[in-house]
Amino acid sequence: MIEQSENNATVQDPYQPWSGRILQCLSSVDHKEIGIMYLIMALLFFAVGGTEALLMRTQLAIADNHFLGPEAYNQIFTMHGVTMIFFVAMPALFGLMVYIIPLMIGANDMAFPRLNAFSFWITFFGGQLLYFSFAAGGAPNAGWFNYAPLNETFYSHSNGINYYCMGLLLAGIGSVTTAVNIVVTILTMRVEGMTLRRLPLFVWMSLVNSFLVLAALPSLNAALSMLLLDRLLDAHFFRTAAGGSALLWQHLFWVFGHPEVYIVILPAFGIYSEVFQVFSQKKIFGYAFIAASTVAIALLAFGVWVHHMFAVGLGNTITGFFAASSMLIGIPTGVKIFSWLATMYGGRIKLTVSMLFAVAFLIEFTIGGLSGIAFSIVPIDLQLTDTYFVVAHMHYVFVGGTVFGIFAALFYWFPKMSGRMLDETLGKWFFWLFVIGFNLTFFLQHFLGLMGMARRVYTYPEIPYYTILNMLSSAGAYIMGIATLLLLYNVYRSLKKGKIAGNDPWNAFTLEWYTASPPNEKNFDDVPLVSSRRALWDFKNPDNRDED
Amino acid sequence: MNWLLFAKLKNISPNIPYQNILHSSSRQAEEINHIELYFCIAAGTMLLLVVGITIYILLRFRESKAGDKRIIPGKIWELPMLIIPTVLVAVFFYFSITTMAHINPDADSRTPDVVITAHQWWWQATYPGSIEAANEIHLPAGKPLLLKLVTADVVHDWWVPQFGNKMDIIPLQDNYLWLTIKEPGEYYGTCSEFCGLQHANMRIKVIAETQAGFDTWLHKNGQAAPPNKNKTIGEELFMAKTCGDCHRINGTAAKGTTGPDLTHIGSRATLLAGMSINDKDNLKRWLKSPQHVKPGAYMPDFLLSDSSINDLADYLQSLK
Repeated sequence: MIEQSENNATVQDPYQPWSGRILQCLSSVDHKEIGIMYLIMALLFFAVGGTEALLMRTQLAIADNHFLGPEAYNQIFTMHGVTMIFFVAMPALFGLMVYIIPLMIGANDMAFPRLNAFSFWITFFGGQLLYFSFAAGGAPNAGWFNYAPLNETFYSHSNGINYYCMGLLLAGIGSVTTAVNIVVTILTMRVEGMTLRRLPLFVWMSLVNSFLVLAALPSLNAALSMLLLDRLLDAHFFRTAAGGSALLWQHLFWVFGHPEVYIVILPAFGIYSEVFQVFSQKKIFGYAFIAASTVAIALLAFGVWVHHMFAVGLGNTITGFFAASSMLIGIPTGVKIFSWLATMYGGRIKLTVSMLFAVAFLIEFTIGGLSGIAFSIVPIDLQLTDTYFVVAHMHYVFVGGTVFGIFAALFYWFPKMSGRMLDETLGKWFFWLFVIGFNLTFFLQHFLGLMGMARRVYTYPEIPYYTILNMLSSAGAYIMGIATLLLLYNVYRSLKKGKIAGNDPWNAFTLEWYTASPPNEKNFDDVPLVSSRRALWDFKNPDNRDED
Repeated sequence: MNWLLFAKLKNISPNIPYQNILHSSSRQAEEINHIELYFCIAAGTMLLLVVGITIYILLRFRESKAGDKRIIPGKIWELPMLIIPTVLVAVFFYFSITTMAHINPDADSRTPDVVITAHQWWWQATYPGSIEAANEIHLPAGKPLLLKLVTADVVHDWWVPQFGNKMDIIPLQDNYLWLTIKEPGEYYGTCSEFCGLQHANMRIKVIAETQAGFDTWLHKNGQAAPPNKNKTIGEELFMAKTCGDCHRINGTAAKGTTGPDLTHIGSRATLLAGMSINDKDNLKRWLKSPQHVKPGAYMPDFLLSDSSINDLADYLQSLK
């Protein structure tokens, strides 16, 4: 039980035994507890996926290394990708959405609290099922996008890929039900006065994002079911030796897979939009622009999947069409970057750890975005696709975009969730170590790609410059590992003896900072009148209210 | 045991020289590298712009330095925000389309100059007249070639970085690639679509020669192994141990097509798709324990005695 104490900081009931607390979590339908469970789940899987990454970088540190054999390496790189995308990025973002959205719109809970609990647990068990494959004869070993016909029983004998299908189907059910829940919550549970035009941008992005989830996941679920039929019941969808189609899998996967990239970046865009405003102490620049460009990205997301397949030989006409649509994505994304810069311009910038991650994101994501444009230029794509240049690109987008967003959110909302501040000094150490390690690891991989190193190789021969670049890249990975340990220590220490946060430590603008930290079970005793996009600002500055 | 074998293998990688996709060794690579250069300039400028603006804002508007007044940039800013990316995108779309048409025209009904078949984890090259070669692919420099790419099993990808574009190789689909090599020389590449256990050791070696040199090689490579009245022990073993079920030696009873053609294996510089140097020691290691040398390869361990291995290696080395 969480109780409100006099000074607004809350304390856990000291008399409740551990077993009772755990039982409470297991049976909870409170959006805040479920949100935190999502975040803990993401953290656990982040530790596992990160360890896998370190194993890979250890194997690749020197030429002709035999630390891991091909069998182990292929399982580990597959699991690293699947884990980070489906069981780290998505649960972390869902956790933040589920925790923050009801508070931001002045609601007491999600629209369907029990469905919310169901979504979490089915996602969690999906992850457990996936990892059970290690004990059941071998993990999936055909990469996270699991191309046919390598994913068929003839080429992948172990049960790993069956577990991949089942695990992702379960997690997919969780994602779809969460998306339904978020859409209904946002559309029906807003406090009076909060029109769609006054929604905080994080909520806007989450809304658009949930529609993306609803539209994209069915394609993956269909592909996974077909593959299971192939593997378990001898169907022939992707079995090329029996006339099945290898490209069908690629189309079905990327019709899901490309929107998926936006599914894990849009909520992060929402986070940055809040963080930039609060730590510049200034309204967002181009609210309508950002919201509209998000809708544009979501729609375009379904018309660009073939840019993952430029090299499969579809002919110049089809390829040209998808080149154009992929390049168009660059425009709304570029608009966003400039909007955030313009938000900072003229403000009073406070470089907290949260803001540091947001600023670093601007630069890292620009690098990742530009290398992304390179892949929409077909002739350049034909050179660089499936090399380490792609590995560098997607980590700039996933880490520099999504993961930095999650870190920014963690430092921003931790005081609300726990009632205590995360330590800023330790946080800055963490920030600098992580950013340096990240750039060391992945910036160099651009050059490896340019030197012809293909991705997903378990070893490489002595080719000039390969060893030194790979070695430095591995060193960067270890620096990120150390930084992550520092973050864990910071969370642990701050939970015990961090500074008491109070309701509104950042002088923020949105409703979640109106209530106690952490909020009581009902979230709000009362909600101030919403008459603009910054309800809390209006409440705190009654003489200087926003004009809608 | 495992570790010891690997340790021995450490020094057998062939020497692969420094490669860099910005060295254009084919006409196609030249065209691609032109766009790449323009793109680097445009992207570098954009990156510098964003970094520059960010640093400027951070220096000028820190809480400690900024006054109390907030500055709201005017709506006028929205226009360049939209126009700059749009123009850049339009320019590069134009470059993309024109270059694609240049480097990748329709094959029409032209007969391919070579058919390359990708296998888990080696390359087969078939020249007109059913002349077979494996792993080391000879091509004439200085003229436009049409490569036909097919796969025997899963999806693979043909990529020699200095030749520019890559091409996936998809089951049940014929893919074509145009290639005009500029200079004779040796070029290295690798399969770049993940294709299973030994994806890392599915390397490509292209030997580009003058037309005359290529013709001589093709003629020689097309010849069957010389008939041998007094069969060596190695040859007897080769036939008796069913090697010929998977491997072909032109002119003998060995007619398998699952594994690489061995008619002229003695004349190749590398073994196992570019994994090691072709010498007797490495050949013997491979025959002794294929699954330790290249785990996952389809070559079974025949549990041969040391003297049989020696004889077989001698025989294979003699196939020049």
